[in-house]
This record gives sequence, structure tokens and C-alpha cells, in this order.
Amino acid sequence: MIPEIGNFALILALLLAITQGTLPIIGAARGIPSWIALARPVVQGQFVFVLIAFSCLAYSFVTSDFSVLNVATNSNTELPLQYRIAATWGSHEGSLLLWVLMLAGWSIAVSVFSKQLPDEMVARVLGVLGLVSVGFLLFMLFTSNPFDRLLPAAMEGSDLNPLLQDPGMVIHPPMLYMGYVGFSVAFAFAIAALLSGKLDATWARWSRPWTTVAWAFLTIGIMLGSWWAYYELGWGGWWFWDPVENASFMPWIVGTALVHSLAVTEKRGSFKSWTVLLAICTFALCLLGTFLVRSGVLTSVHAFATDPERGIFILGFLVVVMVFSLLLFAWRAPKVGLGGKFDLLSRESLLLANNILLLVAAGSVMLGTLYPLIVDSLGLGKLSVGPPYFELVFVPLMTPAIFLMGVGPIARWKQTSLPTLVVRLRWAFGVSVITALIMPYFMGEWKPLVSFGLLLAFWVIASAFVNLKHRLSNSGQGSLFAKLGRQSRSYYGMHCAHIGVAVFIIGVTLVNGYETEQDVRMDVGSQVEVGGYSFQFNGVNDYVGPNYQGIRGDIAVLKDGEFLRNLHPEKRTYNASGMSMTEAAIDTGIFRDLYVALGEPLANDAWVVRAYHKPFVDWIWFGCLLMVIGGFLAVSDKRYRLKIRKKEEIVTKPEEKTVEPVDVAEAPASAAVSAPAMATETRKV
Amino acid sequence: MRYLMPLIAFMILAVFLFAGLSLNPRQVPSPLIDKPAPEFELHHLHEPDKVFSSTDNVGKVWLLNVWASWCVACRDEHPLFVQLANSGLVPVYGLNYKDESTTAMQWLRQYGDPYEVSVVDVEGRVGIDYGVYGVPETYVIDKQGIIRHKQIGPVTVKSMEETIIPLIIELQRQA
Repeated sequence: MIPEIGNFALILALLLAITQGTLPIIGAARGIPSWIALARPVVQGQFVFVLIAFSCLAYSFVTSDFSVLNVATNSNTELPLQYRIAATWGSHEGSLLLWVLMLAGWSIAVSVFSKQLPDEMVARVLGVLGLVSVGFLLFMLFTSNPFDRLLPAAMEGSDLNPLLQDPGMVIHPPMLYMGYVGFSVAFAFAIAALLSGKLDATWARWSRPWTTVAWAFLTIGIMLGSWWAYYELGWGGWWFWDPVENASFMPWIVGTALVHSLAVTEKRGSFKSWTVLLAICTFALCLLGTFLVRSGVLTSVHAFATDPERGIFILGFLVVVMVFSLLLFAWRAPKVGLGGKFDLLSRESLLLANNILLLVAAGSVMLGTLYPLIVDSLGLGKLSVGPPYFELVFVPLMTPAIFLMGVGPIARWKQTSLPTLVVRLRWAFGVSVITALIMPYFMGEWKPLVSFGLLLAFWVIASAFVNLKHRLSNSGQGSLFAKLGRQSRSYYGMHCAHIGVAVFIIGVTLVNGYETEQDVRMDVGSQVEVGGYSFQFNGVNDYVGPNYQGIRGDIAVLKDGEFLRNLHPEKRTYNASGMSMTEAAIDTGIFRDLYVALGEPLANDAWVVRAYHKPFVDWIWFGCLLMVIGGFLAVSDKRYRLKIRKKEEIVTKPEEKTVEPVDVAEAPASAAVSAPAMATETRKV
Repeated sequence: MRYLMPLIAFMILAVFLFAGLSLNPRQVPSPLIDKPAPEFELHHLHEPDKVFSSTDNVGKVWLLNVWASWCVACRDEHPLFVQLANSGLVPVYGLNYKDESTTAMQWLRQYGDPYEVSVVDVEGRVGIDYGVYGVPETYVIDKQGIIRHKQIGPVTVKSMEETIIPLIIELQRQA
């Protein structure tokens, strides 16, 4: 009964989505107010029905209803409750339902937080989101219905993939999807702007916070995935350039370019068609990612539930979306016109360079990911592309991009002079060079690559501080704190995200440069030394988990002969699938992780034990976290909140596309924007 | 025209993606199926002075699993081979493909060594003979030395239980 209600709710949601995708858009084109007004209620209706469907599936999982095929293949009665709930989105079908639920959620958010937008615009945006939702609902109902019955019902289900039975894995997919789906909002704004023909700074201002939020969620999603791989796969790596990882990384890179390009469009009205194209591409890459994961054209650890039929459907959907969007683009873009002019050396040109570098990087990741496929379809042979390619190509492309991160925020819009930049940044450069040269000595050994990585990181940090110092000295009178308080949140957001990148680089550089590992046979009582710590193996104990048999190792960590703590790495063999999993034990610290994993049992109670000393590894994820915080800081900026308060005022003049002149004149404004309060106090330098 | 470039670029990509669908890596039948397995002689991984010849295995059903320590998907399928080897149903031979021997041995120590013998194919010569598409791949070879099945990509619980094991039992029954 319950699954049928879910199925029925999905069909109703599809009908509402079709309504949402057609009437408001036509209404906006023809100027029919009642059709335009339909957008918001229909969105809410669709959300309700998708939520009902999702709850029905969750209920089926929680009550272990094995007459539902999806439940029978992905859950069993032994599975702990939290993982039965998580199993709702652990399967292919369920994850699609989660996707649609999030899309409906984002649509609601747009309908609620868009009170200051003209109604036609909202109708178009929601309409495009409705069409995206139609695509996914059709996909689900025709190729992967989560409510398909299994008759007669199974006595017991099989199992949720043990890899997914982990807290990190419970939240990783929803966060990733929040990002993917969020970019569909950016896409919807772009298409709506193309449809209306009004591609201006106002459009950029509206779509910018949504894009930033989507970007921040995608960052969290990728970060969690990487962190999970680190502690769950049991061998200490954190990124593998696996096709599916790349599938989430490509939209992230292009999304990063989009965030920056939107800044230019909002502030200066330039790059309009470029920004729209980026918004379309980001969303296309999200769809491409789905295609790669679901169709099985590439082999990958993640490739669950692959099926060529599904592949054809997603590819068809991708083609329809892209052909329509790009034709619309080709039709409208020539009429858009150019924005404000800018010199060869200006913040615009630096951001453009950064955009191009990011796109080339995304392109090279895409090439590496799809290369085996392309070569094969041309009949040129079969090959695989591994991490060496990606590292070889990606790092040199990112190096100039990182360098520009230091220069961009200091350069002025429109035109900037090289001597001024050099004068302003020479201290930052000097400090970062000296630090980068000296720092590696403190780590024990000087290595050129480490020094280089640190140079990039310190350059970003030092130039951020130089920028802040200049900004403060131009912020009028008052105490330091008064001046600090006068800066906008989006300004801090930008620096927070940039410093996040620096922290990330520090983590990657130091862990690659100085990690040490031991992979040894350990008898009970024996010790091994890694990175200045001694690990003493005290044997293993068997224990019984809720749905697995576990073996727990007991390893004491000693530093200079003094006991620090015990670590308990585990091996688990899951009852239902017979799969065995390694659970590493990690002692997390600010400056290092101690990481221990059990290998295989040997004779006489001895085990193969793998121990790592990983300096600064957590900085990788901490850096990502700073980027996320930066993103959320930027969207909490006063100007977005102000607008809600000053709703009426703005609604009366929705065409205000010119940029406040103070912004144009003044550079210290971040890639983000200065709040009006302080803008008057800035002056030319 | 300039503004149509993105569309054209996308269409080219779409054609490749579409072609990719029919080239589904798990479904491509190998031209080698029901043909004699290419013969090879390679050095052992653990005892490099010993040589293994594929003809040594004539008269028994065996599995050849192509693996490498750099291959992430191999980690996924590996427990299944450890299980299979422990069951004693069939001998599993490993072809260590384009790998470094020290890392490879370390990898086996960590994840378990299901192989009767692992042989080393540093340059991937034998891999070419066998048409290795990507690592991992698994071949089921019968008593006459004929390839009966090829699994491209990691072996899953499903393919192991539904295809490989029944096939092995069937082949072992034959003369």
C-alpha cells in the first residue's frame, strides 16, 4: 500500500512538474498574469508530493518491506536503523528520488526568497526548474522506479553496500546533490534571462547568491567524499582521480569560474554571454557526471547500478537540455552587447585569465576522464588514464591561477597599473618567498616541490593580508575594529575562501612531501616506529557488530617512550554480503594524523599492520571548510539582506542595471562587492 | 556562427558519449572467447627467478586475474578472490600488470594474496595479447586452455555467484 502511495505521489509530482514547466513560461512570454501566478503554488505542490514519495520509500526501508525490489536489494533486517534510513538514498533509484526532492526543495527556496524579483522572472526560473524536474521524474518512472515490487516478497534483503555503512557516506551524497541541484538554479536563472532577453547586471545580482550556495554545497560534498575515502578505504589516500570523483570535480571547477565571472557581470556588466555560457556548462557537467556514473561507460569504484538503457535516457536528456540551451544562447547572445570596457591589465582581465585557466583545467580533467572512451570509439585501441596524467596537467595549470588569486583582488576594475601592483605586492611576494624557503627546514628536510607549494600558499595568504591592510587604511577614521567592522561580509567571504585554498595547498604539499609509512608484519608486543612515534601491537579481539563480525586491533601509540593513547583499527566482515571492510583508526591532530590499518592475519597471531604518519593532512579538509565558510559568509552579506527589507524600492526600479559608480572607481572591493555604507568612504589610491 | 560554436562542440562530445554507450566496457565480448588463451611465460612476482608458463595449467580449470596495486577497482573485487581462493574451488593466477614489484607485494600483504602464483607483466606485453582493456580483468580458462569467459572491470558478488562460479563448476565436470 505505502509503496503504491509513493508511486502515485511521484506521478502526481510529474504532472505538477509539467504544469510548472509550461504554463508559467508561456504566461511570462504572453503576459498572462494568472499563468505567471501559477508558478509558486505549483512548486509547493510538487514539493509536497515528492516529499510524500520520499517518505514512503524511507518508510519501506525502515519497516524492511522486502516486497519492494529496491528495499530487498539494498537493505536487510540486521541493518541498523540509521543505515536503513540512509539506504533510502544509497541505491541508484533512491538517489534519484533524493535528487528530485532536493530540486523541489531548491525550487521552494527560490519561490520564497525571490519576493524582490519581478514575477515574470520568477515564473521563468521556476518554469525551467520544473522542466529539469520533469526530466528526472520521467527518468525515474521509466527506467528506475524506486517502488517496483518484488513478488513474491523476499524473506530477507541483501545488503546496503558496506562501503556506504558509514556516517560520512550518509551525508556525502545529499551534500553533493545539494551542489549539483543548486547549479540547476544557476542554470534556470541563465535560461530565464536568455528567454526574457534581459541579460544584465540585475540578473547577475540575483543569480549570484544561489550560485555561491550551490558551489559551497558542492565543496562540502566533495570534501566529505574525499575525507571518507581517506578513513574508510584503509590506505590513507584522499583523492584518486577516479572517473566519478572527476565527474563531481569538473562542475566544481567550472562552477568556481562561474562564481568569479558572475562577480564581473554584476559589478561591471561585462562577460555577460560568457557568464551565461558558464552557467549552462556547469549544469551540463552535473548532468554529464550523472551520465558517467549511471551509464557504466567508464569503469570506476563508484559505478553502481549501471545500465546502458539508463545511459541512453540521461544522454538523451543531456542532449535535449544542451541543444535547447545552446540554441537559445546562439540566438540571444549576439544581441547582448558588451559591458564596460577594460584595459589589458585590470581586474576584469585578471578574472578572465583565471576563468580561462580554470576552464582549461576542467577541460583537461574531462579529457583524461573521457579519453579511454574517445580513443576506443575511434577504434584506436584501449587504454586507461591514471593519476600521473592528471597531476602532470592539473598542477601546472593551477599554478598561474593561484598566482592570480593574489593579484586579482588588489587590481582595480577597468584599468590598473603594473607598477602600483608591484609596489603593493612586493612585500607579500618577499614574505612568501622567504617563508617558503625556510619552512621546509622545520619539517626536517628541504624539498624543492614542497618549497614551491608553500610559496603558492603563502603568496595567497600574504597578498590577502596586504589587501586587507590597504582596504583598512582606506576605510576612513576610527579604531582598527571599527574599520574591520566596516568591511562587507562578502569581502571577508572572498578572503576566507582564498585562504582556504592556501590552507588546502599547505595540506596537500606537506602530506605529499613528508608522509611516512610502514607496512610490516607485527607480532603481539612488537613495535614499529613511524614519524617519531612508536606503535606497539597488542593483539586483536573478536567482537560481534550489529550486522557484521569484527576484529579489533589494539595498538598503543608511544612518543619518546611515553604512552599517548590506544588506537583500534578494525576489520569487519559483513554477514549478508560477506564483504570485508577495513576501518582505519586515526589519531587526528592539527599538525599530523597517525593512521593505523589492519592488513591480513598471519601465523601466530601476528598481523600485517600499516601505519602512517601524515603531517598536516587534515589541513586539506580544513581548507575546503574555509572555502565553504567563505561562500556562506559571502551570501550572508548585508546587500542581500538589505534587499529584502528594501523590497518595494527595488521592485519599483527593477531595471537598475548600472553599477554604483563608487564601485567602479574603487578597487579594494573584493571579487564580491562593497556595501553602500562603506563605499562612500573608499577613494582612489 | 561564433555563438553556435558551443553547440557544435557539445554535439561532437555527445556523439562520442553515444558511441561510448555501445562500447559498454562490461559488455564488450572479447574476440578471444572460445579461442585458445595466448601462451606466455613470465617471471613470478615473489620469486623472480622462477618462470611460470601458461601451458603448465593445461588439464585444469583456472582463473587469470589481471591486477595492479595502482588500480582502485581491484581493491573492490579483491576480497571476492580471497574468498574464492580460500574455498579451494579453483586456482587463481594473478597477472600483475604494469606495476612495481615492491608495491605490488606490499599490496598483497595488505589485502591478502589469493593467487597460486602472481606473474609480472611490467611492460604489458601479455596484456596486449589478451586484449586487456583496463585493470582489473578476469579470464576463466578451461582444461584445454581455452578462454571461456572474460570479465572486464571488477568482479562483483553477483557476477561471481551467478556467472563465474557456475561456469567453473560446469567446466570442471567436463573431461
